[in-house]
Amino acid sequence: MIPEIGHFALMLAIALALVQGILPLVGAARGNTMLMGVARPAAFGHFTFVALAFACLAQSFLGNDFSVLYVAQHSNSQLPSYYRFAAIWGGHEGSLLLWTFILTVWTVAVTQFSKQLPQEMVARVVGVMGLISVGFLLFMLFTSNPFERLIPAAVDGRDLSPMLQDPGLVIHPPMLYMGYVGTSVAFAFAIAALLGGRLDATWARWSRPWTMVAWIFLTLGIMLGSWWAYYELGWGGWWFWDPVENASFMPWLVATALVHSLAVTEKRGAFKNWTVFLAIIGFSLSLLGTFLVRSGVLTSVHAFATDPKRGVFVLALLGIVIGSSLLLFAWRAPKVGLGGGFALVSRESLLLLNNVLLTVAAASVFLGTLYPLFMDALGFGKISVGPPYFDAVFGPIMAVAVFLMGAGPFARWKQADMSVMSKQLWMWLAASLVPAVIVWFAFDHWSVPIVGGVTLGFWSLLSALAYWVERMRESGGIGMAAKLRGMSRSSYGMLLAHAGIGVFILGVTFVKGYENSSEMRMRIDDTTTLGSYTFRFSDANEVSGPNYSAMRATIDVMQNGAKVTTLYPEKRIYNVQTMPMTEAAINSGVFRDLYVAIGEILANDEMVVRIQYKPMVDWIWIGCLFMALGGVLAMSDRRYRLSAQRQEPADAVTVAS
Amino acid sequence: MFKGILLGVLMALTVSQVYASEAQPVVEDVVLEKRVTAVSQELRCLVCQNQTIAESHAELAIDLKNQVREMLKQGKSQQEIVDYMVQRYGDFVLYRPQMKTRNWLLWFGPFVLLALALGVLFIKLRQRQKALVQQEAAPLSAEEHGRAALLLSGIDKGAQS
Repeated sequence: MIPEIGHFALMLAIALALVQGILPLVGAARGNTMLMGVARPAAFGHFTFVALAFACLAQSFLGNDFSVLYVAQHSNSQLPSYYRFAAIWGGHEGSLLLWTFILTVWTVAVTQFSKQLPQEMVARVVGVMGLISVGFLLFMLFTSNPFERLIPAAVDGRDLSPMLQDPGLVIHPPMLYMGYVGTSVAFAFAIAALLGGRLDATWARWSRPWTMVAWIFLTLGIMLGSWWAYYELGWGGWWFWDPVENASFMPWLVATALVHSLAVTEKRGAFKNWTVFLAIIGFSLSLLGTFLVRSGVLTSVHAFATDPKRGVFVLALLGIVIGSSLLLFAWRAPKVGLGGGFALVSRESLLLLNNVLLTVAAASVFLGTLYPLFMDALGFGKISVGPPYFDAVFGPIMAVAVFLMGAGPFARWKQADMSVMSKQLWMWLAASLVPAVIVWFAFDHWSVPIVGGVTLGFWSLLSALAYWVERMRESGGIGMAAKLRGMSRSSYGMLLAHAGIGVFILGVTFVKGYENSSEMRMRIDDTTTLGSYTFRFSDANEVSGPNYSAMRATIDVMQNGAKVTTLYPEKRIYNVQTMPMTEAAINSGVFRDLYVAIGEILANDEMVVRIQYKPMVDWIWIGCLFMALGGVLAMSDRRYRLSAQRQEPADAVTVAS
Repeated sequence: MFKGILLGVLMALTVSQVYASEAQPVVEDVVLEKRVTAVSQELRCLVCQNQTIAESHAELAIDLKNQVREMLKQGKSQQEIVDYMVQRYGDFVLYRPQMKTRNWLLWFGPFVLLALALGVLFIKLRQRQKALVQQEAAPLSAEEHGRAALLLSGIDKGAQS
């Protein structure tokens, strides 16, 4: 009964999504207040029914209803209840439902936090989001119904993949989807602005905080995914340029560009077309990412052929969304005006340069991810594009972007003086070379990427510091407190995010340059050393979890005769899928992680133990946290709360009506 | 079977307590192994999801790693090993796509795009400056006069809402 209620709720939701997607848009076009007024209640109703469907699926999982095909495929009665709940998004159908659910949450958020916005704007934004939801609900109902029955019911489920049975599954996909779907708000604002012909600074200001929230969620989602891969997969990698990772990274790069170009559009009313275009591309990449990961097309183009209905639907949906928005863009965009003027060297032009670099970087990831697909589809055979390619192509492009990132804030709006900038910056640039030189001489080996990485990492940190120092010096306030308050929250946010890039780069550079590992055969009481650490294999026990049994090793770690920690790596066998899983044990520190994993269990009571020393690896995720925190600071800036009513006549003049 | 091994290990462990010693590395030659890893990191484990043979513990990966080790011992260069692997398993085994005509778009595409984008940006910025200078110089057109008047009198709906 409950699955049928869920199924029915989805049908009602689609009806309301249609209402939400059509009436407010018609109303906005005709200036009909009553039709536009439909937006809010329709969004609420739509949200309620999708939430109901989500609750029904959750109940089917928690209640072990194996007469539901999707539940039978992705759960098991032995599975702990929190994983049964998270298993909702453990597969294709449920992920789509989560996506749609989050979309309705965003829509309701827009209706709640945009009360000061003009009614047409809200009506159009909500309408566009309704139409997106229609697409997803249709896709779900026609090709991927999570409530499909399995008759006769299975006795028990096939279980969730052991790889996914981790707290990471509970939090990573919802975070990432909040980011993915969040780009739809920026997209909806852009489409609304194109429809209404109001592509001005006010539009940029409205859409900026939403874009920022989406960007924050994307950052956190990707960070969690990387961290999860690091501790769960057992080989200590944190990023593999896997298509699934790239699918989330492309929207992030474009969203990062968008956050910056919105700044130009808001402050100077310039480059609106480009900003709108980025908003469209960002959402398109989010859509593409969702489907790339979910359709199975990545493992093989032939996955498309096995279920052509899904494939065709995906292509059609992507085609309609991207095609229609680009058509609208081509039709409306040229009508909007130029905005404020600026010189060839200025904050504006540097931000645009950053946009070009970020977009090209995203394009290189796109090319690397999809090239194997194209080659295969064209009959050139299968090829692989992996880390060596991305290191060689993506790396240099981003290096230039990071260098400019440090200098950008020093450029003044409208017109910057290169000689003043270089006077302000050369000392800091020289200072960032010092650590690189030290590394060059102090460590036993070095390479161009290491020296470059250290320089860029320190450059990001020091240039942020330099900017802060400069602003404090210029500040007119008296006393330190007044000076500190004199800088806006968004400036602090920017500094924190840019410093986060530096922290991230240092982490990546050191872990890639100086990580060390050894693979040892160990028996009880054997010891081995790696660097200055001694590892003693002191015990091994059989332990059993809720749905697995495991061999747990006890490994004491010592340094200079003093005990550092005891680690308990495990080798697990899950009862249902009988897949061996390695559970690494990690001792984290500010400057290094010790990472121990059990490999093969050999004959005559030996086992292979893989020990890794990972210098500064946690800086990678701490850097991402800094970026996200910077985003939070920036969007909490008071001007986003005060300015909704304010008009800017200078911008209004440029609006084509 | 796994439980059997577990038991066996546990039983054996009680006996072996006496023989505490320095653990032996899985491979004989640790220096050679660094080179094996470097080569292995460029090669794909063909039966895995998306892993290099350096990281994978699948049978095929271990087999290929042994082959890499043997060939390095014989004094073969990295290029020779890669060529051998491609000959046997096709381009799919390589994580660094070969620099050949059909991969030119992949390798040079991003840099060509970057050059084009920078060129377009420069030209656009130039055009924009010229347009702005002209805009400032030219007197307002009749239509613009009308719009400005509307704006000033506050009737323009677009600006108000």
